[in-house]
Amino acid sequence: MRKLLVLLAVLLLVHGAFLFVRPSGASAARTQADVNVGIVFDVGGRGDKSFNDGAYVGGTRAERELGAHVRFIEPGDGSDRESGLRLLAAEGMDLVIGVGFIFTDDITQLAKDYPNTKFAGIDFAVSSDRYGNPILPPPNVAALKFREEQGSFLVGALAALESRTKKVGFIGGMDSPLIQKFEVGYRAGVKQVCPRCTVLVGYAGVTPEAFRNPGKGKELALSQYGQGADIIYHASGSTGLGVFEAARQTGHLAIGVDADQYAEAPGHVLTSMVKGVDEAVYDVIKLVKEHRFKGGIYQLGLAEHGVGYVYDANNRALIPDSVRARVETLGADIVAGRINVPSTR
Amino acid sequence: MTMASPEISPAAGGAPPSGGTSRIAARARLEEALLPSLVALLVAAIVGDALIVSFGQAPAAVFRLLLDGTWGNSYGFGQVLYKATTLTFTGLAIAFALRAGLFNIGAESQLAAGGFTAAVVGLSLPPGLPWIVMLPVYVAAAALGGGIVGGVAGELKSRFGAHEVITTIMLNFIVLALLSYLTSTYLKVPETLHTTEIRSGAVPRLADFFEPFHGSAANLVIVVAALSCATAWWYLFRTRRGFELRAVGLQPEAAEYAGVRPGAVWTRAMAISGAIAGVGGLNFVLGYKHYYEEGFAGGAGFLGIAVALVGGTHPLGVALAALLFATISQGGLAVNALVPKQFVEVLQAVVIIAVAVSVPEVRRLLRARRRNA
Repeated sequence: MRKLLVLLAVLLLVHGAFLFVRPSGASAARTQADVNVGIVFDVGGRGDKSFNDGAYVGGTRAERELGAHVRFIEPGDGSDRESGLRLLAAEGMDLVIGVGFIFTDDITQLAKDYPNTKFAGIDFAVSSDRYGNPILPPPNVAALKFREEQGSFLVGALAALESRTKKVGFIGGMDSPLIQKFEVGYRAGVKQVCPRCTVLVGYAGVTPEAFRNPGKGKELALSQYGQGADIIYHASGSTGLGVFEAARQTGHLAIGVDADQYAEAPGHVLTSMVKGVDEAVYDVIKLVKEHRFKGGIYQLGLAEHGVGYVYDANNRALIPDSVRARVETLGADIVAGRINVPSTR
Repeated sequence: MTMASPEISPAAGGAPPSGGTSRIAARARLEEALLPSLVALLVAAIVGDALIVSFGQAPAAVFRLLLDGTWGNSYGFGQVLYKATTLTFTGLAIAFALRAGLFNIGAESQLAAGGFTAAVVGLSLPPGLPWIVMLPVYVAAAALGGGIVGGVAGELKSRFGAHEVITTIMLNFIVLALLSYLTSTYLKVPETLHTTEIRSGAVPRLADFFEPFHGSAANLVIVVAALSCATAWWYLFRTRRGFELRAVGLQPEAAEYAGVRPGAVWTRAMAISGAIAGVGGLNFVLGYKHYYEEGFAGGAGFLGIAVALVGGTHPLGVALAALLFATISQGGLAVNALVPKQFVEVLQAVVIIAVAVSVPEVRRLLRARRRNA
């Protein structure tokens, strides 16, 4: 028993001593900036090299350039999404951002409980009534949606212009309206510059697992390359890693999605269709700071720099100037409204 | 926290024998139950301190924030109760199977299956039925969903001798993929991961009775959790079937020699274990969101293993351990500004390891003292 008591006393003492430790630079309550922002990541969180990291980049840029105070929360399980939003709203943040469509219900609920707090949802799912009209989110919510079909249109045109076999491929993750948007835009881009080109289409599955299946991605890509396609665009999450693997193995080209994916297979990535999540986060914080925030549905396309494609030192050698000029013209046409890119089949 | 020994002593939960020796025995049992958890918690706190310092923060400030965000305000406490409810179900399910000597690693898919069947029943009902009438129906549906998944693993063991650890792990993959397919193909609202809303028999939230809980997800399913603990205790320690179950768990061959058929006990134990986990699905589906969402289980089925072990496989211990893990989980959200999310995961793991080490170690010290006395 004495041994046990000594053990307990020692443990208590060590813990007690720790409670007096105050490392220099430990954050006391930070002084409130003139715009306070809370960002809740999707479960999965930081380090996805796409969505959540994009939001993080946008948030830190706002801290640096706008003097905003940004707090990030990484939720653990499903109920943490609402809980995280609520903690931030209760703290008196001016703007609370949920990263990912899965926050849609949580934000809608919270916006009613905190009518004076502003909310923004990345990829916020806007539902429509039975007549097909969109149901507007609550007035203090900005639904930030991206026109992925416009970016896909440009990489489609680029692929068709570069293709020697006049055959290009598309590989989607889960067969769903969200991913079909990429396919439809891509197809329209191909047809715009090369009406006789063929587009091979494959989907990895019908469940969310289809976004996490590199093996299936490689299989689909090898089959499309085998049928004569020489460039494949993927919109399939980490399933796309298999597409890059197939491109490297067969010496063909692939097109990345969401973020610049050049590093996945250097020399074999023609370009990437990028989604400006960082830009969107930064912009919405800026709107709040300048008191110009308004709720509603924001469709971020080429004109708003919400989507685009990568053209930089890495892939310049793969894209001739004439091709680049043609694609830029098409982009300008979309911005000016001369070309209307469809988003549904 | 009660930390009854994971082994089953014949006296555990039994009627206390009368006389002077009983008081000493009771005191010894209390010491064996409480001291290891005290040591384990202190060890975990110290590891947590070291981690916090390594993040460049002050331990006192972080722990203070953690307590403020959980037991310190009614919303945070409501969230702790909500999380503890699901963990109580999965922990109890695993503890129940452990008493029969079975390791149920499938609580994750049993939880999801229970939530799914309850949602399917709910979606096919006409709107507006009162919850008090509907709750038993939902409990039965969820128990059926989880019970089938658990029962399959039990039957595979008793009939073919297939190890339940392997079958339950594999069933996790099969069942979760199947539910995902069914949801996305037949039930899903476009652009979401969930079904349409259940309009019948939603369980009231605790905030409906006690306003300060406003916004927290805690709901009356917590009463079902408490009743489940009480029923499981009664079944295990007060019925013949429960005695048979514990006998098989201690020594199947001896139990068989005494006239118990272990196969039947295994199937029954796994079916009941799965049913308990399945009912846990009601907490999210019926008490919180009123729809089935893919992935709502979120690891609660696996954390339940820790809850069962830390709770000493005793229903009361399980409930208390569930509160502890729920506090760490919700507290992690509150301190997320100062320390990263992984802090919470490490802390949970340290609690588990510390309990695993300190239970036998403290018992050895206590017994050594008694021998000397």
